[in-house]
Amino acid sequence: MTVATIDAVHTQVPRGRGGGGPAPTRIVVAYGFWIFILSDFVMFSGLFAVHAVLSGNTAGGPTGPELFNLRNVFIETMCLLFSSYTCGLGALSAERRQPERFLVFAAFTFVLGAAFLFIEIREFAGMVAQGAGPSRSAFLSAFFTLVGTHGAHVTGGLIWLAYMVAQVAVKGLRPHVLRRLLCWSLFWHALDIVWVGVFTLVYLMADFQ
Amino acid sequence: MLGRLSWAAIPFDQPLPLYAMGLVGIVILVVLGIITKKGWWPYLWREWLTSVDHKRIGVMYVALALIMLVRGYVDAIMMRSQQAIAIGDAQGYLPPDHYDQIFSSHGTIMIFFVAMPFVIGLMNFVVPLQLGVRDVAFPVLNNVSFWLTASGALLINVSLVIGSFARTGWMGYPPLSEFAFSPDEGVDYYLWLLQISGVGTLLTGVNFVTTILKLRGPGMIYFRMPVFCWTALAANLLIVAAFPILTATFVMLLLDRYLGMHFFTNDAGGNQMMYVNLFWAWGHPEVYILILPAFGVFSEVVATFSGKGLFSYRSMVLATLGICILSFTVWLHHFFTMGAGADVNSFFGIMSAIIAVPTGVKIFNWLFTMFRGRIVFTTPMLFAVGFMVTFVIGGMTGVLLAVPPVDFVLHNSVFLVAHFHNVIIGGVLFGALAGYNYWFPKAFGFTLDEWWGKASFWCWLVGFYVAFMPLYVLGLMGMTRRLQHIPDPSWRPLLLVAEAGAIVVFLAILCMAAQLYVSIRTREQRRDLTGDAWKNGRTLEWSTSSPPPAYNYAVLPRVETIDAFWEMKRRGLTAGLTPGEPAYQTIEMPRNSPIGFVIAFFAVIAGFSAIWYISWLAILGLLAILVAVLVFGWSENREREIPANEIARMERARLGLGRPA
Repeated sequence: MTVATIDAVHTQVPRGRGGGGPAPTRIVVAYGFWIFILSDFVMFSGLFAVHAVLSGNTAGGPTGPELFNLRNVFIETMCLLFSSYTCGLGALSAERRQPERFLVFAAFTFVLGAAFLFIEIREFAGMVAQGAGPSRSAFLSAFFTLVGTHGAHVTGGLIWLAYMVAQVAVKGLRPHVLRRLLCWSLFWHALDIVWVGVFTLVYLMADFQ
Repeated sequence: MLGRLSWAAIPFDQPLPLYAMGLVGIVILVVLGIITKKGWWPYLWREWLTSVDHKRIGVMYVALALIMLVRGYVDAIMMRSQQAIAIGDAQGYLPPDHYDQIFSSHGTIMIFFVAMPFVIGLMNFVVPLQLGVRDVAFPVLNNVSFWLTASGALLINVSLVIGSFARTGWMGYPPLSEFAFSPDEGVDYYLWLLQISGVGTLLTGVNFVTTILKLRGPGMIYFRMPVFCWTALAANLLIVAAFPILTATFVMLLLDRYLGMHFFTNDAGGNQMMYVNLFWAWGHPEVYILILPAFGVFSEVVATFSGKGLFSYRSMVLATLGICILSFTVWLHHFFTMGAGADVNSFFGIMSAIIAVPTGVKIFNWLFTMFRGRIVFTTPMLFAVGFMVTFVIGGMTGVLLAVPPVDFVLHNSVFLVAHFHNVIIGGVLFGALAGYNYWFPKAFGFTLDEWWGKASFWCWLVGFYVAFMPLYVLGLMGMTRRLQHIPDPSWRPLLLVAEAGAIVVFLAILCMAAQLYVSIRTREQRRDLTGDAWKNGRTLEWSTSSPPPAYNYAVLPRVETIDAFWEMKRRGLTAGLTPGEPAYQTIEMPRNSPIGFVIAFFAVIAGFSAIWYISWLAILGLLAILVAVLVFGWSENREREIPANEIARMERARLGLGRPA
């Protein structure tokens, strides 16, 4: 993703609101990436809506409360929330141009994210082993797809994190690396926001069906 | 090894697709042969296929749309002819299996590969120029978007030859589109090719929202933006907010088909109406994604050729944003017959009637702009006037259909078909063609032939009315849509009239081809040397040369009013008229990149393999895309610099100035 670089425009009109001409690259990149994340939220909202419609359609199969182990889901949730905390600390280190500290926090983030994924995959495997796979009922289709889509995003985020670590290690914290790091951390925090919805609506509220 | 793909996939037993395939194959081979013989490949690759210049990408989008318009038209005339022949005892020449594929591909092509690329192409070409900047926010991503859209178009044409396309209509409703009822590759083609092109469209939306909100020229505050930029903003916001719903919906249908899940199946708790709701929660905003940019084109065209500023700019902007928001509150009117009950249907019926109000505001604004203006009836202006008449009729039949009891009678009849062609041809297509005629001189530096342009306009207008007015009547007489065979001989006369209309539309397409041919042949006499090809230009794109240099503006123009260029002309501030030269500075522009082409190449391979269950190749294709992105993501030096003296040289050549003393 390159950005049309516009030469500095000297003007009396203050920047922002278009008065002073095009915004700086860092702003444009982060803003564009936020718009992309918003579109991702729209996609998740579609999956949430479908889950809401189908969560009672168990077709005689197991229901949510019969399948969920809230203790594991809570541990999973904590892993992801703490990974956002370490991600934030990593972003601060990067802002202060401290690559070593950044790499340490990135490693913590990666481990926590991987732990989240491990718990999720174990949960999925356990359900499939009980005969409660995604093709068992409409409820389970919706469950696996919503939670699995989030999991796929976490997987993508981990691959991206590894790639960013490589870039920082090889190139150092140059402006274009910093811009991508900013996008990555926006992405990671956004996954947290989605997970808060999943934890609440899919797991905690399963009893209210 | 090759999944479900075998020689049986090629329809050797059906002569029609084979002839079509042979013809298309020969045309493609001839074109490729000419390019190879003339040695144009390096030029094409360097200057177009890998270009990240928004103007070139815009031109490629419009070219794609025009080519696919011909393909979509062929589908249309085949359907019309079948319905004109297969009446009573006659069975026509298209078996049901083939006919069903044709109406499905006609809708899919016309919406996703004609209307969408046409309006996106116009936005690509025009928006950065009108905003007074040098490119979009993410130029390389823009190239990726184009190639993903082109990949979808390629795959839908592949389905003509290898295997078959969906027989489910362009909406692909389950349970018919589920594996149990459509086990072959048709629906898989539909789903995968729309997923691939949908990613391209979504990225376009992200790109243009960012461009318009964050990348405007100096002084270009929101309420100085040309109306086309406002409509582009609204359309792209809708893309960002609506396309992910379609992506999610298609993912669920794919999971049903490939992994035996139960989102929309008949058994195990699936819910078909959920697909219909989700589809139209995307589908209705999609209608406005198409029509809003067309409204923007008309706003520019009407103001330019009336020699007046647009009447009530602010109400035009507010109407645009009102439509943008309201478009998410009307989706249920596509299926009042679902049985949601009187209260739900009333709500959506009333909302559907309300959304006609801002549209009416716009119509009045255009009329008042023309009132006491010095109107010049050029081809774009003819399309604008033709649109106003036609669209009002289409809008009124739409308000009729928004009344739930009426809709219960007319649902799925050809009255509906007449209505949406009335607004899509009379609105979107006329807008796109007005824009094509209006901005062509800016894109290529010479004007289009007006005689052939006007001839094509009249053929479009007359052809549309003759082809679709009979369908309104037939709908009221009880004819349902998508009939492969007509049981009632009393419908024959009107069907023959509709067939005649379709032939007039063919003449319109021929006139457009002739217009392009004649204009290119006589381009030396029709050069636009001023940049203000219509002499009446109001917005910034007319202030630079035609075609604009890669960097659009040597010095970013400072904007102080709406209709900035008109104001500059009024105050005598245009380039060449002011004494002395501005101080040119070095300009940094993005470098061309093959990444879009590479990603699209592997996306086609992955998509085709997924359609045919060739899992290993699909996985390899996806991995190749990942590797390509990672390799590209590592690269630096994505900008090239154009030195100041080079810019000064180009600007002097453009303005006809000699070397300074």
